[in-house]
Amino acid sequence: MKILVCMSVVPDTTTKITFTDQNTAFNAQGVQFIVNPYDELAITRGLELAEANNGTVTVVHVGLADSEASIRKALSMGVHEAIRIDASPIDAQFVAEQIAPIASGYDLILTGRESIDYNGGAVCGLLGALLNIPSINVVTKIDFAGGVFSFERDIDGGREMLSCAGPVVASAQKDLCEPRIPNMRGIMAARTKPLQVLAATDVQTASKYISYENPVAKSGVKLIDASNAEQLIHILKNEVKVI
Amino acid sequence: MSVIVFAEIDGDHYKKSSLEAIGYGKKLANNLNVSCIAVSFANLSSSAELGLYGADKVVQLNNSAAFASDQGADLFSKACSQLGATVVIVSNTYTGKSLAPRVAIALNASLVTNVISEVDLSNGFTVKRGVFSGKAFAYTTLTKDVKVIALTPNSFDLSKDGAVVAVDSLEVSGDNSKITIERTEKASGKIPLTEAEIVVSAGRGMKGPENWNMIEELAGLMGAATACSKPVSDMGWRPHSEHVGQTGITIKPNLYVAIGISGAIQHLAGVSSSKTIVAINKDPEAPFFKAADYGIVGDAFEILPKLIQALKN
Repeated sequence: MKILVCMSVVPDTTTKITFTDQNTAFNAQGVQFIVNPYDELAITRGLELAEANNGTVTVVHVGLADSEASIRKALSMGVHEAIRIDASPIDAQFVAEQIAPIASGYDLILTGRESIDYNGGAVCGLLGALLNIPSINVVTKIDFAGGVFSFERDIDGGREMLSCAGPVVASAQKDLCEPRIPNMRGIMAARTKPLQVLAATDVQTASKYISYENPVAKSGVKLIDASNAEQLIHILKNEVKVI
Repeated sequence: MSVIVFAEIDGDHYKKSSLEAIGYGKKLANNLNVSCIAVSFANLSSSAELGLYGADKVVQLNNSAAFASDQGADLFSKACSQLGATVVIVSNTYTGKSLAPRVAIALNASLVTNVISEVDLSNGFTVKRGVFSGKAFAYTTLTKDVKVIALTPNSFDLSKDGAVVAVDSLEVSGDNSKITIERTEKASGKIPLTEAEIVVSAGRGMKGPENWNMIEELAGLMGAATACSKPVSDMGWRPHSEHVGQTGITIKPNLYVAIGISGAIQHLAGVSSSKTIVAINKDPEAPFFKAADYGIVGDAFEILPKLIQALKN
């Protein structure tokens, strides 16, 4: 079984997000970058499936050389080989179109549910369409038996159990597994594992980010005394008129 | 040329988020001087009423087969092409999100998700979208001729000043899905978190899952969906589908009530777009009070019964 996991590299979850160049670019100064948390789930489940089915896991990342530390982390988790497509990602469509040419020949392609920086959640569906294979988003379970993958996924207000033969692309949601923590042997082995760097392909861009802004801070909390908590309901009903 | 809106159903009615999308589509269609067509897979008697929310016409696809993403997107894309779509609008639900990317590829369109603003046509085609899991917003210009836009639910007001319109049916066909839907489980009567107008959320301050009956009672009285913080879902007190925050679900309700949640930056990211925020915490230094509109410093186990009683009165 050949598995491909698409991985993005994102600011650590504790990062305070700021912008530079008159709010036209993300301010990466002092920011710690990590493997996107949902992609760690995809990698981990990919490894578990590969181990059970005599398979291999390849990670692919679209990004510049500064993301190689995160790619090595994926390798230290047990991933067999890595591919970096050397381009600064523009949007989800750009990423999917860079990955699609190298994504054939895999039985299962995994992405995270979304990256926690741009939150598009689109690469799974985009790749499915580009490769003309089924795409199944927000999966919380993936199993393989008798040549068929079975999935459980979140739907609006519930869940759905699906099955599908490969090749298929799916996006990892929380509950899929516990992310694997690299051990010392894995970290040592990762240093010499293959990391292939490919040139980007030319694609028609679909969008262009113009500027950014942070949310407007709240003007200040109005405190209600705990002994008079009922007043909150009165305010929500009669002043805010929200209930 | 037309603006096409995907009208999504929940059981026997159209979703509120789809009605918002239709209102959004109508405004855009007016600005582009084209018509706004709602496209539905469902055969509902209320389809004609989509006109009240802004649809100039409703088109019902004759193929109401089980809705797997590959087949659904294929049929919907074909309908969009036949109807001359220049912009396709969906809601950012799980269904919308599974559909939109495939439609974008099929129509060679630009795709943008998490949209929270109307389209600025003054200089190209620019929208504002949520990024960094609620910690920031970005303005992005879509550059392809056709655009697919996924709207964040609860971002746009409903308008209901239109009229009942004609419902046409349209024949589309394609390959069968390669996906087999084995089983679907839906919690009946439960409000999907992303679409809820009121959300009651609780954290570790509730001390254990056995105390959630109070949260559920409060939520029930308010007509709210329930949510929780990351530690609570990590400990298995509540299902992961209730986890709001940076690595959970980002929500935008009219009212967010946070009980026993300290307000870590990752949690605030997912909820800070809520219109009104109430924080209840016994720690007066809890960061949530800086992000809230209303706050009560005190013990949730004393405050919750008072709130429940006040709502019952």
